[in-house]
Amino acid sequence: MVVITTDPFMEQQSAIHVKRIESDRSLQSSEDVLTITGPQGRINRAMWGPLNKTIISAGEDATIRIWDAETGKLLKESDPETGHQKVITAMAKSADGSHFITGSHDKSAKLWDIRTLQMLKTYTTERPVNAAAISPLLDHVVIGGGQEASQVTMTSTRAGKFEAKFFHKIFEEEIGGVKGHFGPINALVFNPDGRSFSSGGEDGYVRVHFFDSDYYHIKV
Amino acid sequence: MADVEEAPHSMVPPGTAVEEEQPRIQLNIDWGNVDLDSIVLPPGDDMGIKSDDEEEEEETLETDTGFGNVIIVDNLPVVASEKYEKLEGVIRKIFGQIGVITPNGLLMPRDESGKTKGYAFIEYSTPQEAQTAREQTNGYKLDRSHVFVVNMFDDYDKYMKVPDEWNSPEIKPYTPGENLVAWLTDDRGRDQFVIRFGSETEVYWNNASQGKPDPVYHRTFWTESFVQWSPLGTYLATIHRQGAAVWGGEKSFNRLMRYIHPQVKLIDFSPGEKFMVTYSSHEPSSHRDTQRVTLMVFDVRSGKVLREFKGSADDFATGGTGGIAGVSWPVFQWAGGRDDKYFARIGKNAISVYETDTMGLLDKKSLKVENVVDFCWSPTDPLLSLFVPEGGGGNQPARVSLVSIPSREELRQKNLFSVSDCKMYWQSNGEYLAVKVDRYTKTKKSTYTGFELFRVKERDIPIEVLELENKNDKIIAFAWEPKGHRFAIIHGDSPRPDISFYSMKGRVTKLTTLKGRQANALYWSPLGRFIILAGLKAYNGQLEFYNVDDLETMATAEHFMATDVDWDPTGRFCSTSVTSVHQMENGFNIWSFQGKLLYRLPRDRFFQFLWRPRPPTLLTPEDEAEIAKNLRKYSKKYEADDLARSLEGTERDTENRRKLVDEWKSWVAQWKAAQEEEKEERYILRDGVPSDTEEDYEAEEVEVEEIINIEEEVVAFGFDNQD
Repeated sequence: MVVITTDPFMEQQSAIHVKRIESDRSLQSSEDVLTITGPQGRINRAMWGPLNKTIISAGEDATIRIWDAETGKLLKESDPETGHQKVITAMAKSADGSHFITGSHDKSAKLWDIRTLQMLKTYTTERPVNAAAISPLLDHVVIGGGQEASQVTMTSTRAGKFEAKFFHKIFEEEIGGVKGHFGPINALVFNPDGRSFSSGGEDGYVRVHFFDSDYYHIKV
Repeated sequence: MADVEEAPHSMVPPGTAVEEEQPRIQLNIDWGNVDLDSIVLPPGDDMGIKSDDEEEEEETLETDTGFGNVIIVDNLPVVASEKYEKLEGVIRKIFGQIGVITPNGLLMPRDESGKTKGYAFIEYSTPQEAQTAREQTNGYKLDRSHVFVVNMFDDYDKYMKVPDEWNSPEIKPYTPGENLVAWLTDDRGRDQFVIRFGSETEVYWNNASQGKPDPVYHRTFWTESFVQWSPLGTYLATIHRQGAAVWGGEKSFNRLMRYIHPQVKLIDFSPGEKFMVTYSSHEPSSHRDTQRVTLMVFDVRSGKVLREFKGSADDFATGGTGGIAGVSWPVFQWAGGRDDKYFARIGKNAISVYETDTMGLLDKKSLKVENVVDFCWSPTDPLLSLFVPEGGGGNQPARVSLVSIPSREELRQKNLFSVSDCKMYWQSNGEYLAVKVDRYTKTKKSTYTGFELFRVKERDIPIEVLELENKNDKIIAFAWEPKGHRFAIIHGDSPRPDISFYSMKGRVTKLTTLKGRQANALYWSPLGRFIILAGLKAYNGQLEFYNVDDLETMATAEHFMATDVDWDPTGRFCSTSVTSVHQMENGFNIWSFQGKLLYRLPRDRFFQFLWRPRPPTLLTPEDEAEIAKNLRKYSKKYEADDLARSLEGTERDTENRRKLVDEWKSWVAQWKAAQEEEKEERYILRDGVPSDTEEDYEAEEVEVEEIINIEEEVVAFGFDNQD
């Protein structure tokens, strides 16, 4: 089974679609197993919850929703007061799937419990967030972002200053940043072994960074 | 019988037969028939934002009677009914010019014989028009024997309500006020600052050693536009629809006083904090007139209005080369020192100096100076410097004069020739006055600049002339060293101008010139000796921290897109901020005076950063010398203090950390428990393969051979072609 999201287009509302992928391609149908509508605006991210019982979605209306994967019923919603205030652009699970991080244009990223949708942590940055990831190895999260080129009226003459910021997951404190991109960062992901990470940005570059030995001994 | 029917007043519901009731006010209106409740007052425009003043009674323009836009004109001629219409026409013409009279808004009552009673009621469309009409027509001479006496309808109402018996006012028990200067006794000697961002206002202690500020007070919608400290730092003033308010106190900020001035836009304190001047401007009643401005002078402590100035914007605009649209603030400049004795403003061909004792013109007349365009008080003494441009078609030279108040004696004067413009700069101790003079070259095609330097505190006030080495250099900035004898000039035409430092000791001498700096603004430390050469706006926030004693750069730094630079009142720290002129990167940085970045606070929609001013020191120069001598002893004590505090800080931090880690661990434990329970289910989902941990995955190398294509091709063995 796969989960897909579609954008609002013409008269169609944005929706979440669950489709079954047949191992025999000749039997593949294009019908939805389940269609979920409700969120306003684009749904930017959707993923499966533990045991594939739930689907978690997040998007332009800054609300995270947990849906029942079989009936499509809305089970939980994030609190608009404490949750994100602007469009959510990024969502990624932890390695063990117990919690996930979301990033938003409100310049913050938040950590959530995947079952209860309780907000665990908040990390604030100075730029709208486009990508976030949780380290599978240490208690770190990485957040990347930057202002869209179309919105910038004053160009920064500082090249290579868009950085991927590392935060301590529990203390919510910034522990460092990795510079290199000269455009906003749009994608971040850790290597499953936790010893390197990759970032992709609007500048058209994909960068792969391997951590040096000091990284594993960072003391906050 | 009711004369009202012939000219029915809009107050009365149409069609009502109205009878006169003698003992009532001579208004010919039966109050019983008038439904006051049906009169709808204009709704408030507070946009749903809760204002502090809603808790108490507001003094608003609308009055209880709802007749705020009605005036009563007395002393009209008593005419017979034949002349009634003519008189009515005259009245309508006179009063209709000032504002819009509502339909049926002109009522001139007549007695039984048809003669007019000698007074009339006029209703305008707005209360402002009525006020203006009253001001303008009160005292108007219709003819020799009829001078209009005009009053607001509401005034009558008010006076009628005065009780016949006089009750002596209650004596309120004395409650001692709070210690308003308590912030100065901070044992760590920190300074406060206030920031405005979004709708928030926050006051912090500058905790430089801890690397983050300590909050003092925070309030949303505290002010409707900006905040302003009083010059000695005692009060913080806020602006509201109904006027201004000041706040202060020992631990927190309580409202100390309100100043009623509807729609106030700007405020200014006197240097000794005794008085406050507020300014508002209003749309004129007819669009031919200029803006009307109102200035009020309040006593800060009691909130009483001491004097009101009303007029058109023209009266208060600084006359000058090339008329200015609007008024430059502050309109009234206060004399130097903290006595708050005199304040002055420029007018047409005169400088009006007022004294605060009487709130009237000093000696009841202004200082007449033909063509004066600019003036400045000395910061420390009651001494004015003024500038008169060239006059008489070039026959009269321009001149700069120093005039002493109250004697009006001209202490010094200098004539200047070929002057195109002039600007005056006083040094903070009133010791020196620099006059930047732009002169035309012989061809009148361009200007060059020179400085006239007055040594004000020396006998006979000698003047020295200074010209730059390159006379044609444009002057970008000029600044005196506060409390010192030096000044700095940014000059040059290229994108990287030069900065020169001069000293007034002995004869004016140049100390050094720094070439090719990215700077367009000078910020001296308030105690002198150090200066920040800042490149704002186009230079995007370049900062150079320069030591003028040793003539060397201490540090260069950058605060990208910085728009403002502010020193704290002690000269130890300075802040650079990015205000909401820019969309991104709003917030401020705090630096040490040597140029080390201590901390920064990003805040979106950032408007203001203001250090809280300090009153001047109470130490005598001898005290200060003694402290400087024993500095080592004092600094040891403070260092120990700082160390103790930082240890305490880290202890608290580690406590916090431990708590967070424990919380997290317990949450993880919860999760793990849940995971265990679900292990069974996961097993099934994954087709019976235990795969919860990475190690369970087996990487299997499988070779897959896929036959893509089999083709047979006969290749001929060309034995014949072999060589």
